[in-house]
Amino acid sequence: MKVVVCVKQIPDPATPYTIEEGTNWLVRTADQVLDDTDRYGVEMGLQLAHANEGTVTLVSMGPSGNAQGIRQALAMGADKAVLIEDDGLRGSDALSTARVLAAAIKGEGYDLVIAGTESTDGYSGVVPQMIAELLDAPALTYATSVEAGEGSVTIHRQTADGYDVVEASLPAVVSVTAGVVEPRYPTFKGIMDAKKKPVDNLTLADLGVEIASSQKVVSITDAVERTAGQIIEDDGEAHLAIVALLEDRKVI
Amino acid sequence: MADIWVFVEQVNDAPSALGLELLAKAREMGDVTALFLGEGSDQVFATLGDHGADSVVHIDAGDRLPSGPTAAALAEKIASDAPDLMIFGQAYNDRDVAGRLAARLGVGVLSNATDVRLTDSGVETDHEVFGGAQIATAEATRRPFIVLVRPKSFVAESAGGSAPDVTTLDLPDAGTSDANVTASHVEEREGPQLGEAAVIVSGGRGLGSAEAYAMVEDVAKQLGAASGATRAIVDAGWVPYAKQVGQTGKTVKPDVYIACGISGAMQHLVGMKDSGTIIAINKDPDAPIFSVADLGVVGDVHQVLPKLVEALQTR
Repeated sequence: MKVVVCVKQIPDPATPYTIEEGTNWLVRTADQVLDDTDRYGVEMGLQLAHANEGTVTLVSMGPSGNAQGIRQALAMGADKAVLIEDDGLRGSDALSTARVLAAAIKGEGYDLVIAGTESTDGYSGVVPQMIAELLDAPALTYATSVEAGEGSVTIHRQTADGYDVVEASLPAVVSVTAGVVEPRYPTFKGIMDAKKKPVDNLTLADLGVEIASSQKVVSITDAVERTAGQIIEDDGEAHLAIVALLEDRKVI
Repeated sequence: MADIWVFVEQVNDAPSALGLELLAKAREMGDVTALFLGEGSDQVFATLGDHGADSVVHIDAGDRLPSGPTAAALAEKIASDAPDLMIFGQAYNDRDVAGRLAARLGVGVLSNATDVRLTDSGVETDHEVFGGAQIATAEATRRPFIVLVRPKSFVAESAGGSAPDVTTLDLPDAGTSDANVTASHVEEREGPQLGEAAVIVSGGRGLGSAEAYAMVEDVAKQLGAASGATRAIVDAGWVPYAKQVGQTGKTVKPDVYIACGISGAMQHLVGMKDSGTIIAINKDPDAPIFSVADLGVVGDVHQVLPKLVEALQTR
């Protein structure tokens, strides 16, 4: 089984993000990290490939920088990576991203595509569905568990009040929620092996994809800030202040 | 008048709360067609009319996963009817249908909007960024326009409209993009739910362990409140996803929100900062949660919460 996992490198969420003047684009530094939620997709892909004598290929779009996030995913056990980097992709929207990833996935060949449900920096939340449409494949979304084999895939799909069991034939696209499986930590051997694994670097021209974004951020303004209220140190009696406020708000 | 289409999903036997919020906004903007996904009933259609839908396009996908066939059928309808704007919610089926539809039509989507406006050149949307500290305004200029709006951005309200015209959307035969729903499971739930609760007590990583979440539930029980959680402790497997408040979880606006051991990551703040009153308990005096709190207690949740429960019990 050929498993392709979509991953994304993002600016470290622990550091303050900055916005480029003029374009309103997020500034991307060289030392980006693997989006934490993608570790779940990588782990799911590794487990399914292992159970079905398959391979795992990573596909990623964006400024690769020093590619440490990609190396992290390779160190978990993925076989190879395809990186698409192109100046023409700066500020690209969800559809452009999906077109590029779908073209790269087609180029690699696939039985199962796995992605997170949304990235931690962009949050558009529609890229896996768009990829599925462009591949004319089913999109089994928000999976909290995944089983695949013998030409079909079955997931538990998160719903507002529980989950649905959803089945489809392969090839298919699956988006996984954080927590679908417990991601492994790379071993020392994994980290060393990752340095030798193949990484293909592609451009838009290599993929034959032309993109034209039809949307942009026109302004960023400060929101009306909520003002901080009273801050107290707990001296052993702080719970009484909470009780008093709850009384004032007529909660109790 | 502009022609506005709004995606509304059936939840239990009624239109979803989110769908009714979107109808309230859409009817300010033009003539409203509800794209209604679900079994439907005269009662449900009447509710849609009452909330401002002039007409209803009924979509019943049966046991098929709705996104594939619905997007294919809507794409054809859009080609002939050319709506000025399509509004979806930031919700599971909405995202699936909107994403597939946009890719099919070759247009982008504006996601996570908190407001939407038609302009001379296209459509403009507002988005909370950096935990809501700033508002980004985005513009799309290629028709047809597809916008996804976050829950609780607008207030659902009856408009006293009459019963709408209902037509059925014909879905294509099953193809390679189809998937089937073979079973549905509803999780047992007790007490008030996050979406509707007047008071919410939430826990974060500062609790230190999954077991300590019981303290959060104790406080919630005393107050008749719903219990929530941050993404960090959901990812850690301490509590189920259904309790997650934030960007990738639920957006809540209770009268009172009590944040226990929550630092206030951007991801979390976006989902709760519009609460009426915010009370925060955290050991770190520099935690960002204190910048939005009406009452901030710098202290250990393991000390404060048991005393709070006791004080509430003895009242």
